Amino acid sequence: MTEDETDLIDVAPGAPHNNLVSEPIAYAIGLALALILTGVSFWVASTSTLWGPGVAAGLVVLAIAQMGVHLVFFLHITSGPDNTNNVLALAFGVLIVFLVMIGTIWIMGHMNANMAPMPEMTNLMSQRG
Amino acid sequence: MTTEAATIGLTHGGSEDTGLGHRGPESKSIVIPYGFWLFVLSDMVLFSALFATYAALVHATDGGPVTNQLFDRTLVAVETLALLLSSFVCGLAMIAAKRKSMAWTQAWLLLTGLLGAVFLFIELYEFSSLIAEGAPPQRSAFLSSFFTLVGCHGAHVTAGLLWIGTMMAQIWAKGFRQDIVRRLLCLSIFWHALDIIWVAIFTIVYLIGTLPA
Repeated sequence: MTEDETDLIDVAPGAPHNNLVSEPIAYAIGLALALILTGVSFWVASTSTLWGPGVAAGLVVLAIAQMGVHLVFFLHITSGPDNTNNVLALAFGVLIVFLVMIGTIWIMGHMNANMAPMPEMTNLMSQRG
Repeated sequence: MTTEAATIGLTHGGSEDTGLGHRGPESKSIVIPYGFWLFVLSDMVLFSALFATYAALVHATDGGPVTNQLFDRTLVAVETLALLLSSFVCGLAMIAAKRKSMAWTQAWLLLTGLLGAVFLFIELYEFSSLIAEGAPPQRSAFLSSFFTLVGCHGAHVTAGLLWIGTMMAQIWAKGFRQDIVRRLLCLSIFWHALDIIWVAIFTIVYLIGTLPA
Protein backbone atom coordinates (compact mmCIF):
# COMPACT_ATOMS: atom_id res chain seq x y z
CA MET A 1 0.00 0.00 0.00
CA THR A 2 2.72 2.47 0.94
CA GLU A 3 5.96 3.20 -0.84
CA ASP A 4 8.05 1.41 1.79
CA GLU A 5 6.02 -1.79 1.73
CA THR A 6 9.05 -4.06 1.87
CA ASP A 7 10.14 -2.27 5.04
CA LEU A 8 7.00 -3.04 7.00
CA ILE A 9 7.06 -5.56 9.83
CA ASP A 10 3.36 -6.29 9.77
CA VAL A 11 0.79 -6.56 7.02
CA ALA A 12 -2.85 -5.64 7.26
CA PRO A 13 -5.45 -8.38 6.95
CA GLY A 14 -7.17 -8.32 3.56
CA ALA A 15 -4.43 -6.35 1.82
CA PRO A 16 -3.64 -8.07 -1.50
CA HIS A 17 -0.09 -9.37 -1.33
CA ASN A 18 1.16 -12.71 -2.48
CA ASN A 19 4.67 -13.93 -2.94
CA LEU A 20 4.12 -17.28 -4.64
CA VAL A 21 1.63 -16.49 -7.41
CA SER A 22 0.22 -13.25 -8.76
CA GLU A 23 -2.62 -11.64 -6.83
CA PRO A 24 -5.53 -12.38 -9.21
CA ILE A 25 -4.42 -16.01 -9.47
CA ALA A 26 -4.35 -16.29 -5.68
CA TYR A 27 -7.95 -15.02 -5.50
CA ALA A 28 -8.94 -17.38 -8.33
CA ILE A 29 -7.42 -20.36 -6.47
CA GLY A 30 -9.37 -19.33 -3.38
CA LEU A 31 -12.58 -19.06 -5.38
CA ALA A 32 -12.03 -22.48 -6.97
CA LEU A 33 -11.34 -24.14 -3.61
CA ALA A 34 -14.36 -22.46 -2.01
CA LEU A 35 -16.59 -23.53 -4.91
CA ILE A 36 -15.35 -27.13 -4.62
CA LEU A 37 -15.93 -27.21 -0.86
CA THR A 38 -19.39 -25.65 -1.25
CA GLY A 39 -20.27 -28.13 -3.97
CA VAL A 40 -19.08 -31.05 -1.86
CA SER A 41 -21.11 -29.72 1.09
CA PHE A 42 -24.32 -29.60 -0.94
CA TRP A 43 -23.59 -33.03 -2.42
CA VAL A 44 -22.86 -34.59 0.97
CA ALA A 45 -26.09 -33.14 2.31
CA SER A 46 -28.24 -34.53 -0.48
CA THR A 47 -26.67 -37.91 -1.23
CA SER A 48 -27.85 -41.09 0.44
CA THR A 49 -24.66 -43.08 -0.19
CA LEU A 50 -22.97 -41.85 3.00
CA TRP A 51 -23.52 -43.06 6.53
CA GLY A 52 -26.38 -40.87 7.75
CA PRO A 53 -25.33 -40.10 11.34
CA GLY A 54 -21.89 -38.93 10.20
CA VAL A 55 -23.12 -36.45 7.60
CA ALA A 56 -23.66 -33.53 10.00
CA ALA A 57 -20.14 -33.82 11.42
CA GLY A 58 -18.74 -34.06 7.90
CA LEU A 59 -20.59 -30.89 6.91
CA VAL A 60 -19.14 -29.01 9.89
CA VAL A 61 -15.64 -30.15 8.90
CA LEU A 62 -16.22 -28.98 5.32
CA ALA A 63 -17.47 -25.61 6.57
CA ILE A 64 -14.41 -25.13 8.78
CA ALA A 65 -12.19 -26.03 5.82
CA GLN A 66 -13.96 -23.47 3.65
CA MET A 67 -13.58 -20.80 6.34
CA GLY A 68 -9.85 -21.58 6.32
CA VAL A 69 -9.76 -21.12 2.53
CA HIS A 70 -11.49 -17.75 2.88
CA LEU A 71 -9.10 -16.66 5.61
CA VAL A 72 -5.99 -17.62 3.66
CA PHE A 73 -6.91 -16.66 0.10
CA PHE A 74 -9.29 -13.72 0.63
CA LEU A 75 -8.18 -12.22 3.95
CA HIS A 76 -4.53 -13.26 3.46
CA ILE A 77 -4.04 -14.54 6.98
CA THR A 78 -0.78 -16.49 6.69
CA SER A 79 1.71 -18.09 9.03
CA GLY A 80 4.42 -15.60 8.07
CA PRO A 81 6.16 -13.45 10.68
CA ASP A 82 4.49 -10.32 9.28
CA ASN A 83 1.12 -11.84 10.20
CA THR A 84 1.77 -12.70 13.87
CA ASN A 85 -0.58 -10.05 15.25
CA ASN A 86 -3.38 -10.95 12.84
CA VAL A 87 -3.06 -14.66 13.66
CA LEU A 88 -3.00 -14.07 17.43
CA ALA A 89 -6.14 -11.94 17.24
CA LEU A 90 -7.80 -14.62 15.11
CA ALA A 91 -6.77 -17.35 17.55
CA PHE A 92 -8.33 -15.45 20.44
CA GLY A 93 -11.51 -14.86 18.43
CA VAL A 94 -11.75 -18.55 17.54
CA LEU A 95 -11.24 -19.49 21.20
CA ILE A 96 -14.13 -17.28 22.34
CA VAL A 97 -16.37 -18.45 19.49
CA PHE A 98 -15.79 -22.11 20.35
CA LEU A 99 -16.25 -21.51 24.10
CA VAL A 100 -19.58 -19.76 23.50
CA MET A 101 -20.91 -22.26 20.97
CA ILE A 102 -19.72 -25.57 22.39
CA GLY A 103 -20.35 -24.44 25.97
CA THR A 104 -23.91 -23.43 25.17
CA ILE A 105 -24.72 -26.55 23.13
CA TRP A 106 -23.19 -28.80 25.78
CA ILE A 107 -24.90 -27.22 28.80
CA MET A 108 -28.28 -26.55 27.19
CA GLY A 109 -28.34 -30.08 25.77
CA HIS A 110 -27.77 -31.58 29.21
CA MET A 111 -30.33 -29.31 30.87
CA ASN A 112 -32.85 -30.32 28.25
CA ALA A 113 -32.09 -34.02 28.79
CA ASN A 114 -32.16 -33.79 32.60
CA MET A 115 -35.39 -31.87 32.81
CA ALA A 116 -37.92 -34.06 34.65
CA PRO A 117 -41.26 -34.27 32.84
CA MET A 118 -43.39 -32.62 35.52
CA PRO A 119 -47.10 -32.16 34.73
CA GLU A 120 -46.84 -28.40 34.32
CA MET A 121 -43.84 -28.91 32.06
CA THR A 122 -45.58 -31.12 29.51
CA ASN A 123 -46.41 -28.12 27.38
CA LEU A 124 -42.72 -27.13 27.22
CA MET A 125 -41.53 -30.69 26.72
CA SER A 126 -43.84 -31.23 23.78
CA GLN A 127 -41.93 -28.49 21.99
CA ARG A 128 -38.94 -30.75 21.51
CA GLY A 129 -40.27 -31.80 18.10
CA MET B 1 8.26 7.19 11.16
CA THR B 2 11.53 5.34 11.60
CA THR B 3 13.57 8.50 12.11
CA GLU B 4 10.97 9.81 14.53
CA ALA B 5 11.13 6.58 16.49
CA ALA B 6 14.94 6.74 16.51
CA THR B 7 14.98 10.21 18.03
CA ILE B 8 12.83 9.10 20.93
CA GLY B 9 14.85 5.95 21.46
CA LEU B 10 12.34 3.38 20.31
CA THR B 11 14.47 1.66 17.70
CA HIS B 12 17.52 -0.53 17.70
CA GLY B 13 18.19 0.16 14.06
CA GLY B 14 16.79 -1.45 10.93
CA SER B 15 19.05 -4.50 11.04
CA GLU B 16 17.76 -5.60 14.42
CA ASP B 17 14.06 -5.74 13.72
CA THR B 18 12.66 -8.22 16.18
CA GLY B 19 9.01 -7.72 15.31
CA LEU B 20 8.42 -6.88 18.95
CA GLY B 21 7.66 -3.22 18.51
CA HIS B 22 11.18 -1.85 18.88
CA ARG B 23 10.60 0.42 15.93
CA GLY B 24 7.64 2.11 17.53
CA PRO B 25 4.11 2.02 16.18
CA GLU B 26 3.38 0.74 12.70
CA SER B 27 2.07 3.04 9.99
CA LYS B 28 -1.62 3.90 9.80
CA SER B 29 -2.08 1.63 6.80
CA ILE B 30 -1.31 -1.30 9.13
CA VAL B 31 -2.83 -0.15 12.42
CA ILE B 32 -6.24 0.87 11.06
CA PRO B 33 -7.01 -2.39 9.19
CA TYR B 34 -5.69 -4.30 12.23
CA GLY B 35 -8.11 -2.44 14.48
CA PHE B 36 -10.88 -3.19 12.02
CA TRP B 37 -9.81 -6.85 12.03
CA LEU B 38 -10.33 -6.84 15.82
CA PHE B 39 -13.82 -5.38 15.28
CA VAL B 40 -14.65 -8.07 12.71
CA LEU B 41 -13.49 -10.80 15.11
CA SER B 42 -15.68 -9.39 17.89
CA ASP B 43 -18.54 -9.33 15.39
CA MET B 44 -17.93 -13.03 14.88
CA VAL B 45 -18.14 -13.51 18.66
CA LEU B 46 -21.54 -11.79 18.50
CA PHE B 47 -22.61 -14.19 15.76
CA SER B 48 -21.37 -17.15 17.81
CA ALA B 49 -23.88 -16.16 20.51
CA LEU B 50 -26.65 -16.11 17.89
CA PHE B 51 -25.51 -19.51 16.55
CA ALA B 52 -25.52 -20.90 20.09
CA THR B 53 -29.04 -19.55 20.63
CA TYR B 54 -30.19 -21.12 17.39
CA ALA B 55 -28.61 -24.48 18.25
CA ALA B 56 -30.28 -24.46 21.67
CA LEU B 57 -33.73 -23.57 20.29
CA VAL B 58 -33.81 -25.37 16.96
CA HIS B 59 -36.08 -28.14 18.30
CA ALA B 60 -38.36 -25.78 20.25
CA THR B 61 -40.91 -25.61 17.46
CA ASP B 62 -44.06 -25.50 19.62
CA GLY B 63 -45.86 -27.82 17.21
CA GLY B 64 -45.15 -25.43 14.35
CA PRO B 65 -43.11 -26.00 11.18
CA VAL B 66 -39.67 -27.64 11.56
CA THR B 67 -36.48 -27.01 9.61
CA ASN B 68 -37.12 -29.82 7.12
CA GLN B 69 -40.43 -28.32 5.98
CA LEU B 70 -39.22 -24.73 5.57
CA PHE B 71 -35.91 -24.44 3.77
CA ASP B 72 -35.30 -24.56 0.03
CA ARG B 73 -31.79 -25.76 -0.80
CA THR B 74 -31.85 -24.46 -4.38
CA LEU B 75 -32.44 -20.89 -3.19
CA VAL B 76 -29.67 -21.27 -0.63
CA ALA B 77 -27.27 -22.57 -3.30
CA VAL B 78 -27.92 -19.49 -5.46
CA GLU B 79 -27.48 -17.21 -2.43
CA THR B 80 -24.22 -18.94 -1.54
CA LEU B 81 -22.91 -18.63 -5.09
CA ALA B 82 -23.84 -14.93 -5.27
CA LEU B 83 -22.11 -14.09 -2.00
CA LEU B 84 -19.00 -16.17 -2.81
CA LEU B 85 -18.60 -14.52 -6.22
CA SER B 86 -19.21 -11.15 -4.57
CA SER B 87 -16.37 -11.84 -2.13
CA PHE B 88 -14.09 -12.87 -5.02
CA VAL B 89 -14.94 -9.77 -7.08
CA CYS B 90 -14.33 -7.61 -4.00
CA GLY B 91 -10.79 -9.03 -3.97
CA LEU B 92 -10.39 -8.08 -7.64
CA ALA B 93 -11.54 -4.55 -6.76
CA MET B 94 -8.82 -4.39 -4.10
CA ILE B 95 -6.18 -5.41 -6.66
CA ALA B 96 -7.48 -2.78 -9.09
CA ALA B 97 -7.36 -0.17 -6.31
CA LYS B 98 -3.80 -1.14 -5.48
CA ARG B 99 -2.92 -0.55 -9.15
CA LYS B 100 -4.85 2.75 -8.98
CA SER B 101 -7.11 1.80 -11.88
CA MET B 102 -10.25 3.93 -11.45
CA ALA B 103 -12.39 2.23 -14.11
CA TRP B 104 -11.68 -1.32 -12.95
CA THR B 105 -12.04 -0.46 -9.26
CA GLN B 106 -15.45 1.10 -9.87
CA ALA B 107 -16.54 -1.76 -12.14
CA TRP B 108 -15.53 -4.50 -9.70
CA LEU B 109 -17.03 -2.65 -6.74
CA LEU B 110 -20.28 -2.23 -8.68
CA LEU B 111 -20.33 -5.95 -9.46
CA THR B 112 -19.57 -6.72 -5.79
CA GLY B 113 -22.55 -4.63 -4.77
CA LEU B 114 -24.85 -6.12 -7.41
CA LEU B 115 -24.02 -9.68 -6.36
CA GLY B 116 -24.58 -8.66 -2.73
CA ALA B 117 -27.94 -7.20 -3.77
CA VAL B 118 -28.87 -10.48 -5.48
CA PHE B 119 -28.08 -12.28 -2.21
CA LEU B 120 -30.13 -9.82 -0.19
CA PHE B 121 -33.07 -9.96 -2.60
CA ILE B 122 -33.21 -13.78 -2.38
CA GLU B 123 -33.01 -13.62 1.41
CA LEU B 124 -35.88 -11.12 1.61
CA TYR B 125 -37.90 -13.29 -0.81
CA GLU B 126 -37.25 -16.29 1.46
CA PHE B 127 -38.27 -14.35 4.58
CA SER B 128 -41.49 -13.07 3.00
CA SER B 129 -42.46 -16.52 1.73
CA LEU B 130 -41.75 -18.01 5.18
CA ILE B 131 -44.00 -15.41 6.78
CA ALA B 132 -46.65 -15.99 4.11
CA GLU B 133 -46.73 -19.75 4.73
CA GLY B 134 -47.30 -19.33 8.47
CA ALA B 135 -43.73 -19.33 9.79
CA PRO B 136 -43.17 -15.78 11.08
CA PRO B 137 -40.63 -15.06 13.87
CA GLN B 138 -43.34 -15.06 16.56
CA ARG B 139 -44.52 -18.58 15.66
CA SER B 140 -41.97 -20.46 17.81
CA ALA B 141 -38.66 -20.04 19.64
CA PHE B 142 -36.96 -21.85 16.75
CA LEU B 143 -38.27 -19.33 14.21
CA SER B 144 -37.39 -16.38 16.46
CA SER B 145 -33.80 -17.54 16.67
CA PHE B 146 -33.70 -18.34 12.93
CA PHE B 147 -34.88 -14.87 11.91
CA THR B 148 -32.51 -13.24 14.43
CA LEU B 149 -29.46 -15.16 13.20
CA VAL B 150 -30.06 -14.95 9.45
CA GLY B 151 -31.60 -11.48 9.69
CA CYS B 152 -28.57 -10.18 11.57
CA HIS B 153 -26.36 -11.44 8.75
CA GLY B 154 -28.71 -9.82 6.24
CA ALA B 155 -28.51 -6.53 8.15
CA HIS B 156 -24.72 -6.71 7.93
CA VAL B 157 -24.96 -7.29 4.16
CA THR B 158 -27.27 -4.29 3.88
CA ALA B 159 -24.77 -2.13 5.77
CA GLY B 160 -22.02 -3.50 3.52
CA LEU B 161 -23.98 -2.49 0.40
CA LEU B 162 -24.36 1.06 1.71
CA TRP B 163 -20.64 1.09 2.49
CA ILE B 164 -19.76 -0.13 -1.03
CA GLY B 165 -21.80 2.70 -2.53
CA THR B 166 -20.12 5.21 -0.23
CA MET B 167 -16.66 3.96 -1.15
CA MET B 168 -17.44 4.11 -4.88
CA ALA B 169 -18.46 7.75 -4.45
CA GLN B 170 -15.44 8.59 -2.32
CA ILE B 171 -12.96 6.99 -4.72
CA TRP B 172 -14.65 8.77 -7.59
CA ALA B 173 -14.56 12.15 -5.84
CA LYS B 174 -11.24 11.99 -3.99
CA GLY B 175 -9.15 9.46 -5.92
CA PHE B 176 -6.84 6.86 -4.39
CA ARG B 177 -5.78 8.90 -1.38
CA GLN B 178 -4.14 6.98 1.47
CA ASP B 179 -7.08 7.42 3.83
CA ILE B 180 -9.62 6.42 1.17
CA VAL B 181 -7.64 3.27 0.31
CA ARG B 182 -7.51 2.36 4.01
CA ARG B 183 -11.30 2.62 4.20
CA LEU B 184 -11.56 0.43 1.10
CA LEU B 185 -9.33 -2.17 2.75
CA CYS B 186 -11.56 -2.17 5.84
CA LEU B 187 -14.59 -2.64 3.58
CA SER B 188 -12.99 -5.68 1.94
CA ILE B 189 -12.23 -7.21 5.36
CA PHE B 190 -15.87 -6.66 6.35
CA TRP B 191 -17.19 -8.17 3.12
CA HIS B 192 -14.94 -11.27 3.26
CA ALA B 193 -15.92 -11.76 6.92
CA LEU B 194 -19.63 -11.73 5.98
CA ASP B 195 -18.97 -14.54 3.52
CA ILE B 196 -17.20 -16.54 6.23
CA ILE B 197 -20.22 -16.15 8.51
CA TRP B 198 -22.51 -17.19 5.65
CA VAL B 199 -20.52 -20.44 5.28
CA ALA B 200 -21.45 -21.26 8.88
CA ILE B 201 -25.09 -20.26 8.30
CA PHE B 202 -25.67 -22.30 5.16
CA THR B 203 -24.00 -25.32 6.76
CA ILE B 204 -25.57 -25.24 10.22
CA VAL B 205 -28.98 -23.76 9.45
CA TYR B 206 -29.80 -24.85 5.92
CA LEU B 207 -27.82 -28.01 5.09
CA ILE B 208 -27.86 -29.71 8.49
CA GLY B 209 -31.42 -28.45 8.97
CA THR B 210 -32.63 -30.18 5.80
CA LEU B 211 -30.88 -33.52 6.32
CA PRO B 212 -33.36 -36.40 6.12
CA ALA B 213 -34.39 -37.13 9.71
